[in-house]
Amino acid sequence: MSKLQILTKGIIKDNPSFVLLLGMCPMLGTTSSAINGLSMGIATLFVLTLSNIAISLIKDFIPAKVRIPSFIVVIASFVTVVQLCMEAFVPELYATLGVFIPLIVVNCIILGRAEAFASKNNVINSALDGIGMGLGFTMALVLLGTVREALGAGSFFGFKFIEGDGILLFVLAPGAFIALAYLLVIFNKLTAKLK
Amino acid sequence: MKSSLKNMVLTLLIITLVSSTAVGLVYLITEGPIAEAKSNKTTGALSKVLPAGEITNDPTADKSVITLDGMDIVVYPALNDDGVVGYAVESSTKMGFSGSFKLMVGFNGDMEVVNIEVLQHAETPGLGSKMGDPNNVLLVSFKGNNPANMKLSVTKDGGDVDAITASTITSVAYIDAVKRAYDAVLSLNEGGLKNE
Amino acid sequence: MEYFAIIIGAIFVNNIVLAQFLGICPFLGVSNKVETSLGMGAAVTFVMAIASVVVYLIQYHILVPLEIQYMQTIVFILVIASLVQMVEIMLKKLSPALYQALGIFLPLITTNCAVLGVAIILVQKEYSLLESVVFSVSSAIGFSLALVLFAGLRERLDFEDVPKSMKGVPIALVTAGILAMAFMGFSGLV
Repeated sequence: MSKLQILTKGIIKDNPSFVLLLGMCPMLGTTSSAINGLSMGIATLFVLTLSNIAISLIKDFIPAKVRIPSFIVVIASFVTVVQLCMEAFVPELYATLGVFIPLIVVNCIILGRAEAFASKNNVINSALDGIGMGLGFTMALVLLGTVREALGAGSFFGFKFIEGDGILLFVLAPGAFIALAYLLVIFNKLTAKLK
Repeated sequence: MKSSLKNMVLTLLIITLVSSTAVGLVYLITEGPIAEAKSNKTTGALSKVLPAGEITNDPTADKSVITLDGMDIVVYPALNDDGVVGYAVESSTKMGFSGSFKLMVGFNGDMEVVNIEVLQHAETPGLGSKMGDPNNVLLVSFKGNNPANMKLSVTKDGGDVDAITASTITSVAYIDAVKRAYDAVLSLNEGGLKNE
Repeated sequence: MEYFAIIIGAIFVNNIVLAQFLGICPFLGVSNKVETSLGMGAAVTFVMAIASVVVYLIQYHILVPLEIQYMQTIVFILVIASLVQMVEIMLKKLSPALYQALGIFLPLITTNCAVLGVAIILVQKEYSLLESVVFSVSSAIGFSLALVLFAGLRERLDFEDVPKSMKGVPIALVTAGILAMAFMGFSGLV
């Protein structure tokens, strides 16, 4: 696989959200607006890339049986770093995303990439894989966030384009499930055509 | 790598040590900015809710904490040379739709509400969250009025406060938090306003 | 009364899956049959109840006195992971029957964000020890309820004529959305 392929496969072909259906909790929980989705995506991208790099660096020194616990410690440390930085420099955003920031630890995408890719590949490829998967995840979050915000609040990244309220349902929990369902259908249709 | 008890324990120990040291370092770096961000939030809210005009003291330095129904309420008095010009009160309620939320309520010297800021909440976006909007009906109902002269319940229950449409629970909780703020100032002054 | 509000709140009003979006992976993954989702629900309840006690003790007797609350995420996830392992080993020895029933679900629980999520929430809400246990058990019951209801619906969906592009996950998500809408009816209960 070429470097470019490693980077881009996470965006469409193996998109972690739309194709692999991983990381559904933050996907639904943090996308009440496009900007929230974007921030969560970037936070995850950051943790994913760093943990992929760290794990591919230390993979040769870790005994097979304690592989998973070691990965979890590494990932949890990066999550805490991101958490502290967000609390210090973007406190508003930190308050909005709430419990989902520490929950990046249990986002299956991150442990999944660590186990499936970073523990078998060199540093550069692992970094590219992390960035690609992170971008794919961010893209999915922004897409869902944009749709929910447009339908639910009638705005795009905070800019109102209709008067009054939108269809409130889409900002609330049920709308998250339903909007994601239809995005999946559209994504599947489009990628089926590409193939 | 083959696993033996020795290398397993050793690896885990090293990884935990290295990562906790790294996290500890980051904590030391961010500790200052986090505290600053928190105090900025308080001073920002203070300047929004206290009456305009000259304030000669530092309200955050003169604050007093009162406990009502097991919840801490912080009163920040604003003084100038003539005495008390107003109070900002950090008050909270547990009656919100999604648990507790925190308000900063500003009073002038006559105990009329100057402004109210929502500091922290988890109310439903698009419904209860409207209590944080500028000029929302709840805020407008309180602004310029002394809570002592108001019937503190929603209009539906015969009170003087307009509720946010479809968010009666949030509105009732909001009233509760404002009332608590008012009570806290009263109990601090034991009945009358302090004018030293 | 306070406990009653916590119980109703956690099971119905702020259902952990349908209102807070925690534990979506097992919700979509192991909810094909009512039987398996009951097993998963039981395993999660079991682990969450123990985890809430352990997490409470660690938070207030280790992290707070040492002033290292920022290590919360790392410590909690390690505790939960080892707890799951321990429960698995103990069940195997003490109750092979229960292990048979719950065994395959246990490893999945470590990465179930509902468990870590509840642990973090109960510290955030500053619950007492008893409140923590009540809250986490009710949350787990809410999780199981959502899972079992959803599995029941999905068993029926298998026999329905669903448009081809909606088959599988999309139709499941729409169903979950309608279920979430139904649960919104409970809002305002506490």
